[in-house]
Amino acid sequence: MKQQNINPEACPVTAKHIKVALVGQPNVGKSMLINSISNAHLHVGNFSGVTVDKTEVLFDYKDYHFTVVDLPGTYAFTDYTIEERVTHEYLCAEDYDIIINVVDSTNIEKNLQLTSELLTMSKKIVIALNMSDEAEKEGILIDEKYMSELLGVSCVKVSAATKMGIEELIDTVIEVYEKPKQEPKLVFSEAVEEEIEKIVSYLKKHKYKAVNSYRNVAINLLKNNKKTYEKLHDDPIWTELQPILIEASRHIELHHDTDDIKEAFAEEYASFNRGIVAEVVKYTADERREKKSLTEKIDAILIHPLFGIPIFLFFMWGLFQLTFTLGNIPMEWIDGFFGWLGETIAPTISNDDIRSLVVDGIIGGVGAVVLFTPNIIILFIGIALLETTGYMSRVAFLLDGFFHKFGLHGQSFIPLVTGFGCSIPAYMSARILKNDRDRLLTLFIIGFMSCGARLPVYVLFAGAFFGQDMAGTVLFIIYVSGAILGLIAAKVLKMTAFKGVDEPFVMEMPKYRLPSFKLIWHTVLTQTIMYLKKAGTFIAGAAMLIWFLSNYPHNELLDQEYSVKIEQAATSEQKREYENKLAEMQLEQSYLGRIGKLTEPLFEPLGFDWKMNVALQAGLAAKEVVVSTLGVLYSMGGDVDETSHSLAENIRKHIPFASAVSFIVVVMVYLPCLAATTVFAKEAGSWKYAFYLFIFTSVVAYVLAFIAYNVTRVLVGG
Amino acid sequence: MTLYEVEKSKKVKVIKLNASYELKQRLISFGIMKDAVIEVLEHAPRKKTIEVRVGKMRLALRAEEAQQIEVEEI
Repeated sequence: MKQQNINPEACPVTAKHIKVALVGQPNVGKSMLINSISNAHLHVGNFSGVTVDKTEVLFDYKDYHFTVVDLPGTYAFTDYTIEERVTHEYLCAEDYDIIINVVDSTNIEKNLQLTSELLTMSKKIVIALNMSDEAEKEGILIDEKYMSELLGVSCVKVSAATKMGIEELIDTVIEVYEKPKQEPKLVFSEAVEEEIEKIVSYLKKHKYKAVNSYRNVAINLLKNNKKTYEKLHDDPIWTELQPILIEASRHIELHHDTDDIKEAFAEEYASFNRGIVAEVVKYTADERREKKSLTEKIDAILIHPLFGIPIFLFFMWGLFQLTFTLGNIPMEWIDGFFGWLGETIAPTISNDDIRSLVVDGIIGGVGAVVLFTPNIIILFIGIALLETTGYMSRVAFLLDGFFHKFGLHGQSFIPLVTGFGCSIPAYMSARILKNDRDRLLTLFIIGFMSCGARLPVYVLFAGAFFGQDMAGTVLFIIYVSGAILGLIAAKVLKMTAFKGVDEPFVMEMPKYRLPSFKLIWHTVLTQTIMYLKKAGTFIAGAAMLIWFLSNYPHNELLDQEYSVKIEQAATSEQKREYENKLAEMQLEQSYLGRIGKLTEPLFEPLGFDWKMNVALQAGLAAKEVVVSTLGVLYSMGGDVDETSHSLAENIRKHIPFASAVSFIVVVMVYLPCLAATTVFAKEAGSWKYAFYLFIFTSVVAYVLAFIAYNVTRVLVGG
Repeated sequence: MTLYEVEKSKKVKVIKLNASYELKQRLISFGIMKDAVIEVLEHAPRKKTIEVRVGKMRLALRAEEAQQIEVEEI
């Protein structure tokens, strides 16, 4: 496309604004198309209230300012998935000038089903016949001139991949925008046409004032369109019109042998579209009966009843290897950078409190968020690859049988496995589940998959109570029992909170496609920016809150008392002991410590003392904190890690075995971390769900820990 | 006969959808409606899910859903 008047600063008042809604079924190359238009501004946002990405492209062409809104792919005007709801609502309620309906030329008949519905909307429409180069290769020739004539709507052949016809498409949009609206030629069966005619002549007789044509009003009345209904409902002619309408609907339903007017209309559209396709699509001689396509050949291997699942498991293993080995390299750099930043900034702030807030609170908190970015980027690239190549649907096909037993969905597998790495990308990858209930249920049990941050706690305790040779087995048991608990929890939730009829599983298996680098880069970039923007603000705030709770109130008297002792300490060992003691005393009287003391009676049945309480509650912020808090509380200083031998020793001395078991059970089940919880709330769509998740995981953790504590006490004593 | 009982690589025609309102809309939006021709392509392990072709589109559906689609041989 020629960029003639690209100059965003100068926006002449005389220029005209055209707002375009880009609509199409899933997998028609809509995102590709918007990418090839978008040499100009790209704006990414969210549709109000939901976490469905909205891409808006702004550009100038000739004397026009264009805004193109990319609406989520939708098969029909049903409200089944969030995407469909968003698109339907946008098309019905928002203000826009023209619709570009993107159609997959290689599969035109199915795509026209949505087009027919758009044609009843009385909006200006341009049809973009996308992938027309691919269609020609497959021997499908479309006469777009004839098609425009038959439909009464301009059709343009384009190819987003080769940028063919993009300019012509924009020119056509301008042309249609400038011309008065044309009535599309949607023809129904005789039976329906008769009923339409009856209603039209009735409206004519009563000179009903309508913005749209009588024919359009009649069709929408028959289709049970809410808006048209409401409008006429308040009109005096309604009392007479209603019986005519009821009679008409009865006739149409009878004609189609159904009690569902939507089904009747779907069949009407289908036969109309069959007619259009028969007229305008020609197949080159021998291509008509297709040979075994490439997709079929690949599918013969990838969804093979025997090899399909092992092949998939291998791919997943590869993805996780990449995520957590390759991802760890930049993670160290990022960690190092924020450490350096804190150390550099610290001396420049003289006030103790502000320094601690900036260095420990803000830099530490934000650093923790940024730290996960490499993992997230790699994982997003992997998921984008799985999705754009069409492999994701095959995975769902293979695994749905197993997961369905637990009330989950075939695609739940990906977020669940991701959960073993880190819950944050796991929650985000749950987006691949299109149905609300499936996604929510999956989100609720992701936490049962023990994330990487819990590993230090497990290693510490396994090392403290078991020998080196046993520790590995113990770790394995912890991970596996967590996963099994998760599946059981899913089943229980499905039978209680998410009770109801099973959501139907009907899913398209799209053609395999080579991924487009530009598209993947764009998707990954968008999602990464969204993560940093959304999670960053919340997580930074949360980190500051925890920092505040564990540092305040600060007891000056303790400081003074110990600074004297520390100064007078004879050996450096004694000095360190006093420093640790001071840290422990300060933590004990901080808000966090007070909460720990206050909740002691509540957690006594689980065998916890106040120190374990504090460690667990601090662990709500992040699981890494559990180990460092235990270190402080057991007077080892905050700088310990799970390999610290003496901390393990101290834990064995001070914590009874049964309490330790129950402690591990709580760590396995309760909220992963504050960062993950904020992401969960965003992905689930409401903070209400984060509250439910907190209650659910806390209750399950409490009950299981109580059982584990008492069973262990009976078995081994202590 | 229901779609579930159809053997691999056989073609059938849809007679009726015995499904709930919601599922019916879903099926229709994918082109599964009266008179549509369906070819069964593949069964997932233990026939929990089946893959079919409708027109040029390939679809996956669960056994439960396939059992609600009444078909006849052609």
